[in-house]
Amino acid sequence: MNRLAIPKTYKLYIGGKFPRSESGRVYEVLSHKGDFLANAAKGSRKDARDAVVAARSALGGWAGATAYNRGQVLYRIAELLEGRRAQFIDEIESCEGVNAAAASAQIDEAIDRWVWYAGWADKYVQVAGNANPVSGPFFNLSVPEPTGVVAIIAPQGGESLLGLVSAIAPALVAGNTVVVVANELAPLSGISLGEVLATSDVPGGVVNIVTGSPAEIAPWLASHADVNALDLVGAGDLDWVELQISAADTLKRVLPPESGADAAAPALSRILAFTEVKTVWHTKAIL
Amino acid sequence: MTHTPLATYQPEQRALALIGGEATDANLRRYLHGIPGIDAVGLEARAADLGTRSIKTSSKRWAIDTIIGLIDLTTLEGADTPGKVRSLVAKALVPDPSDPGTPRVAAVCVYGDMVGTAVNALGSAHAAGGTEGVNVAAVATAFPSGRASLAIKLADVRDSVAAGADEIDMVIDRGAFLAGRFGQVYDEIVAVKDACRRVDGSMAHLKVILETGELNTYDNVRRASWLAILAGGDFIKTSTGKVAPAATLPVTLSMLEVVRDWYRLTGVQIGVKPAGGIRTSKDAIKYLVTVAETVGEDWLTPHLFRFGASSLLNDVLLQRQKMTTGHYSGPDYVTID
Repeated sequence: MNRLAIPKTYKLYIGGKFPRSESGRVYEVLSHKGDFLANAAKGSRKDARDAVVAARSALGGWAGATAYNRGQVLYRIAELLEGRRAQFIDEIESCEGVNAAAASAQIDEAIDRWVWYAGWADKYVQVAGNANPVSGPFFNLSVPEPTGVVAIIAPQGGESLLGLVSAIAPALVAGNTVVVVANELAPLSGISLGEVLATSDVPGGVVNIVTGSPAEIAPWLASHADVNALDLVGAGDLDWVELQISAADTLKRVLPPESGADAAAPALSRILAFTEVKTVWHTKAIL
Repeated sequence: MTHTPLATYQPEQRALALIGGEATDANLRRYLHGIPGIDAVGLEARAADLGTRSIKTSSKRWAIDTIIGLIDLTTLEGADTPGKVRSLVAKALVPDPSDPGTPRVAAVCVYGDMVGTAVNALGSAHAAGGTEGVNVAAVATAFPSGRASLAIKLADVRDSVAAGADEIDMVIDRGAFLAGRFGQVYDEIVAVKDACRRVDGSMAHLKVILETGELNTYDNVRRASWLAILAGGDFIKTSTGKVAPAATLPVTLSMLEVVRDWYRLTGVQIGVKPAGGIRTSKDAIKYLVTVAETVGEDWLTPHLFRFGASSLLNDVLLQRQKMTTGHYSGPDYVTID
C-alpha cells in the first residue's frame, strides 16, 4: 500500500521563529524540470519590516558578544550543516537539477566557506584595526565595529546554498544582524539553513530569511530607515541603480551586484564592507 | 435616547437616588452586586472581534493623528528629574520635529512633585482649563499602591492642584474594595473630588484609577467602574502601569459599556483612559475602534478618552513618518525618552 506523502510547508524565518507570510501568500517552488516541489511563503513588505525589527532588537546582543564567542557560534553552524547534509543534497538536487556529486560538492564548499569566515571573527579586528602614530602623548586606536542591520539580496542564480552562505556569513562575522531575501526560484535550502540556525546557538533575530520576490521586497528594504547597509550581491536582474539611489537617502553602505562563477567569493573585504571604523584618543599615563 | 428623571437630579443627589439611600457599605453592596454579571467569554470574543478591524490609508492617517491628540504622555519613575520632565514636555509640544504639522498630545502625566516643573516648562502652552494647549496631569493619593491615610492622600491631591495640575489621577483603595468596604472607597473618591477644587472654585478633572490588574474579575471591574462614577469621577482609568496585566482590550471594553450605560441613564459623559501596556499604534487603533463601536465617535476627544502611555508615541510617530515619506522609518528618527 502506498503511503500518503507529507509535503513540507516552507515558511519564513524571522526573529528565531518560522511564521507564515503576513500576507498569507504562497508561491510554488518548482524543480528544474517544472514539477511541483513545495509551497514557499511569498514574503511581503510587512514581513520585511518585521524582519528588520527582529534584526534591530537582536543587534545589541550579537554585536556585544565577544569576538571569540561569535566565532564559536559560527563554527557550530558549520557542524550542524554537516549533520544535515542529506537533506541539503536532496533539496539542491531537486531544485537545481544537478547530480548528487555536484550537490555534495556545493555543500562542502558552503561549509568550508562558513568555517573560513568563522575563523575571522576574532581576527579581522587585528588586521583592520590599528594603533595610529600621533604627535602627542596619546594612544590613537582605530577599531572596526559592525555597521548594524544589513539587508541582503541573496544570489539568485546558480548554487543556492553556497550563494546564501557567501552573502550572510561575512556580515555576521563582524557582529551585524541580517535580513536576507532568499533565492526566489530555489529557496528550499535557504529555509533549511534557517532551520539549522534556529537549532544552533545563533540568537533569534540575528539572521532573518524572507522568501518571495526580491523585485517586490528589495525597494522596501533599500528605503527602510532602520536598515544600515544593503548588499545587492544578487540584485543584478533588478533595477539596482534605483535601489542604490533610495538607499542613499538614508546613508546606507551599499555593495553592488556581482555575477559569474566567483560572485561573492570569500574575501576579508566582504567582512570589512559592513564595518565602521571608530577612532579613540586616550591619554598616555605619565608616571 | 430616553433619559430617566435621574438626569434632572443634582450630581450629588443622583448617586444617592440610584443607590437608594446613604452610601453605606450595605447599600452600595446591594446596588453593586445587583448589577448583572459579565459574560467573560462573550466580552473577550467581542473585544477580539473589534481588534480585527482593518484600518488603512486615509482612515489610518486620521487614526494616527487622533491617537497623538489623545495621549497622556507619561513619566512615572522614581528616577524622574526636572530635566527629564522638561524634555517630556518638549516632546509633548513638538512630538516630531521633522514635521511641525504633527498634533500635540493631550497632556503630560507626572508625579505630584513634578507638576511645577511641567507647568513652567509648558509656559504659555499650558492649557490651564482652556481648550487649546497641553494639560498637566498629576498622579496622587499615594500612587501607585494607594496605601496611606486619607489625610495624606488628600494633602497629596491639594499639593498637586495648588501647583497647577489640571487633572488628578487618583488610585482607589483596592484593599478596601476587595474586602467589600465599598463605602470607604466611595467616601475617599468623594473627598478627593472635593480636594480637586481650586481656590477660584474651579475643579481639576478627576481620573479614578481602578487598577484592574488587581481586581481579578470582570465583574469587579464593572462594579468598581460604577462605584467610581457614582462617587463623581470624571474619568475612569484602567491601571497605574505598575501592575501587570495593565490595560487590556476586554477590560477597557467592559468599562466603556459602563460609561455607555451611565450616559443612557443620566445623559452625562464620563471619560475612559486605558493606561499601561499599549505600545504600538496597531494596539491603539484597536482601542479607537472599540470606543467608536461602544460609546460612539463622540468619545474620541481628549475630554472623554485618553491613552496613558510613554512608548506608544514613538511607535505612532514612526507610522506617521512611514505614511508621510512612503518608506519605513526607524527608531533613529524619533527622540529617545
